[in-house]
Amino acid sequence: MAVVLILVMIVVGSVLFHVLSPWWWTPIASNWNYIDSTLVITFWITGIVFVAVVSFMAYCVFRFRHRPGNRAAYEPENRRLEVLLAGGTAVGVAAMLAPGLVVWNQFITVPDDAVPVEVVSQQWLWSFRLPGADGKLGRAETRDVSPDNPLGLNKNDASGLDDVIIEGGELHLPIGKPVRILLRSVDVLHDFYVPEFRAKMDMIPGMITYFWFTPTRTGSFEILCAELCGIGHAQMRGTVVVDEAADYQTWLGQQQTFTQLMASSGEPPPAN
Amino acid sequence: MVEIPSGSAGAIPSAEVEDVELYHPKSWWTKYVFSQDAKIIAVQYSVTAISIGLVALVLSWLMRLQLAFPGYFAFIDADHYYQFITMHGMIMVIYLLTALFLGGFGNYLIPLMVGARDMVFPYANMLSYWIYLLAVLILAAGFFAPGGPTGAGWTLYPPQAVLSGTPGGKDWGILLMLTSLIVFIIGFTMGGLNYVVTVLQGRARGMTLMRMPLTVWGIFTATVMALLAFPALFVACVMMLFDRLLGTSFFMPAIVEMGEQLQHGGGSPILFQHLFWFFGHPEVYIVALPAFGIVSDLISTHARKNIFGYRMMVWAIVIIGALSFIVWAHHMYVSGMNPAFGFFFATTTLIIAIPTAIKVYNWVLTLWRGDIHLTLPMLFALAFIVTFVNGGLTGLFLGNVVVDVPLSDTMFVVAHFHMVMGVAPILVIFGAIYHWYPKVTGRMLNETLGQIHFWTTFLGTYAIFFPMHYLGLLGVPRRYFEMGETAFVPPSAHTLNIFITVMALIVGAAQMVFLFNLVWSLFRGREAGGNPWRATTLEWQTPQTPPAHGNWGKELPVVYRWAYDYSVPGAAEDFIPQTVPASGGVTREVPA
Repeated sequence: MAVVLILVMIVVGSVLFHVLSPWWWTPIASNWNYIDSTLVITFWITGIVFVAVVSFMAYCVFRFRHRPGNRAAYEPENRRLEVLLAGGTAVGVAAMLAPGLVVWNQFITVPDDAVPVEVVSQQWLWSFRLPGADGKLGRAETRDVSPDNPLGLNKNDASGLDDVIIEGGELHLPIGKPVRILLRSVDVLHDFYVPEFRAKMDMIPGMITYFWFTPTRTGSFEILCAELCGIGHAQMRGTVVVDEAADYQTWLGQQQTFTQLMASSGEPPPAN
Repeated sequence: MVEIPSGSAGAIPSAEVEDVELYHPKSWWTKYVFSQDAKIIAVQYSVTAISIGLVALVLSWLMRLQLAFPGYFAFIDADHYYQFITMHGMIMVIYLLTALFLGGFGNYLIPLMVGARDMVFPYANMLSYWIYLLAVLILAAGFFAPGGPTGAGWTLYPPQAVLSGTPGGKDWGILLMLTSLIVFIIGFTMGGLNYVVTVLQGRARGMTLMRMPLTVWGIFTATVMALLAFPALFVACVMMLFDRLLGTSFFMPAIVEMGEQLQHGGGSPILFQHLFWFFGHPEVYIVALPAFGIVSDLISTHARKNIFGYRMMVWAIVIIGALSFIVWAHHMYVSGMNPAFGFFFATTTLIIAIPTAIKVYNWVLTLWRGDIHLTLPMLFALAFIVTFVNGGLTGLFLGNVVVDVPLSDTMFVVAHFHMVMGVAPILVIFGAIYHWYPKVTGRMLNETLGQIHFWTTFLGTYAIFFPMHYLGLLGVPRRYFEMGETAFVPPSAHTLNIFITVMALIVGAAQMVFLFNLVWSLFRGREAGGNPWRATTLEWQTPQTPPAHGNWGKELPVVYRWAYDYSVPGAAEDFIPQTVPASGGVTREVPA
């Protein structure tokens, strides 16, 4: 009997914990509330299945526990029941998968008007690059990284000269404008993760990865590294600030371009 | 040779083998140490796996202490923390779970359950164990090597695994880890071929494939999978060794490490991830399928009822095994691979939930109208179902690509995989040990100690891992040495961390009760007799308990019926062993 009681307590306790727990996702600050909705659908479907299976099990243990003289039934198969259960499961799975794939399609389809923003990671620091007046990011290579060119920009690529470089500082983004986050690492794997944006993506040396979102709430949010990158992994933090348009322009005006950065570090100007 | 009875008894002759002349040990050394008897090898595998598993248990305590009381234990710095999590994960997955299920249970149960005298290649079987032991020793040597073991995480992702920002990356740690894995795979292959060939060629007369207990089906399918999956890990390890030692660039692109340009270029870190998970996902089922099989037999025996839907159960095992080879990249949704892969891998991953759900339904339907004896093996089986259902359902979050995006790399993942492939299989291992210990030793394990062990382990692990999901939902990343001050993490989350750590210490302590029980019952346990659970399968019908060398005395058993003739209407007893000739029409493989 203790077993039955405890099984029932696990069901009730788990549901209560879910409802009453103070630990839930952080308030969202991006357009990805679709992701949150899919997550809630999944919670409902899986929650119902969990409660049903464990409760049924508790009932079986109560009803069919051994007592002297009992004998089990003999029923090797029940084709109809088995097909029914498999079919029902397939429906439940489809109900989770279908919205999931629809939202995934949105997640990987970057809108045309998304502004590129580059995030560059190294052990254990975040840097950022924004396109200058030309709206384009210049080419960059890990091979070109040096102390006075920390992000490895190609000095011969004119479109990179006006790029705004923020080394180890805060990233600011304007509210309501979709951004295409381009991710680049110069050493090991990292992962750009801001819980409030819901999205995250690994950064891989030798490759450029991406995701997109639209900031929907102003404020200051913490960037965490979500892919183990060595002993400084937990300390690899940064800040992204979502601003109103005017505040954003003010901030942008205070940042250094690649040309200014090279001038301040005493580099000779590029050949062309 | 035994004649096959003809006529209505209808024992269908399966793979026919001559009764073989076994190797007979000539000395104490060849009998107990360099033994070629699968039963001894099984015990050697099990004792070694549990011993190194205890190391992993202690490591889990240390990492939990750090998470609950950051900065309080001076000897746990970031280096050590990452070394602890890495070694804990690798030991648990490979050196404990894989070795114990296949090397331990596989060796003991396959020959006995299919009615063979031993494995078909006893010498290779013996080598398999000794090579496994060597792999364990190389792994453990990491703790004593300069720089300590690797701290790259159990996934060993390059480039960080071989660079100086990771403990052991430029020292011995990563070299020992990769070497140990390579040696493990060599040893496993010798054992694995044995298990497969023994199931295919060594079965007793009448033991058709569709009369095999699900335990054998689970271990057999898992072994076939392991033989196909481990080579991917093997090449990945060899290539990473080359990158680290010879300066090749299989996984190494151009890298600036701490301001210095390295002499690598052109390699692909993501290639390693594909190879690793091509092994790594089947690995989950390599651990799960034996557990599925064993738990089916525990439930059937202790509910005194045939397993419900046997044929569906067999097909579910085979289908899960096959599908598990085309779902690997669901570990890589946010890895930066081509995002279009997400559609394919999310679909295959969620499809695999269907055969898995069928197995769960059939377990609980076996309880329906059963005669449930709440023995220790049955309690562990029930606990397994609760834990596995919980962990399996959270897999639907992580498998559904877009839902995985916020949850990936958080504590939700840690909670999920501990539930589904950590705690759930281990609960089956415990149930299986309480079930088969009487056959291995001739004595029963102590019931009171067993009850203490069961309740603490079941409720304790649930209390550890169920709330942990919510830390992940909150956004707490995994593999963090310390959370520090983070705006979105409320102080209550830290209180939860302390609670989890206390539970982990208690659960760990309960395992000491279990170990004590194992040793104490060896000498003081109640005499078990040959078939204490009144079970139908062959291993309970041996002439001696524990079974002698050669298992069956003079004549091999002959099988007349499936493994689940419990509570057959009209039969005097509530079980009919597989060796009892048919009467009253019960002759088919799976009675309709």
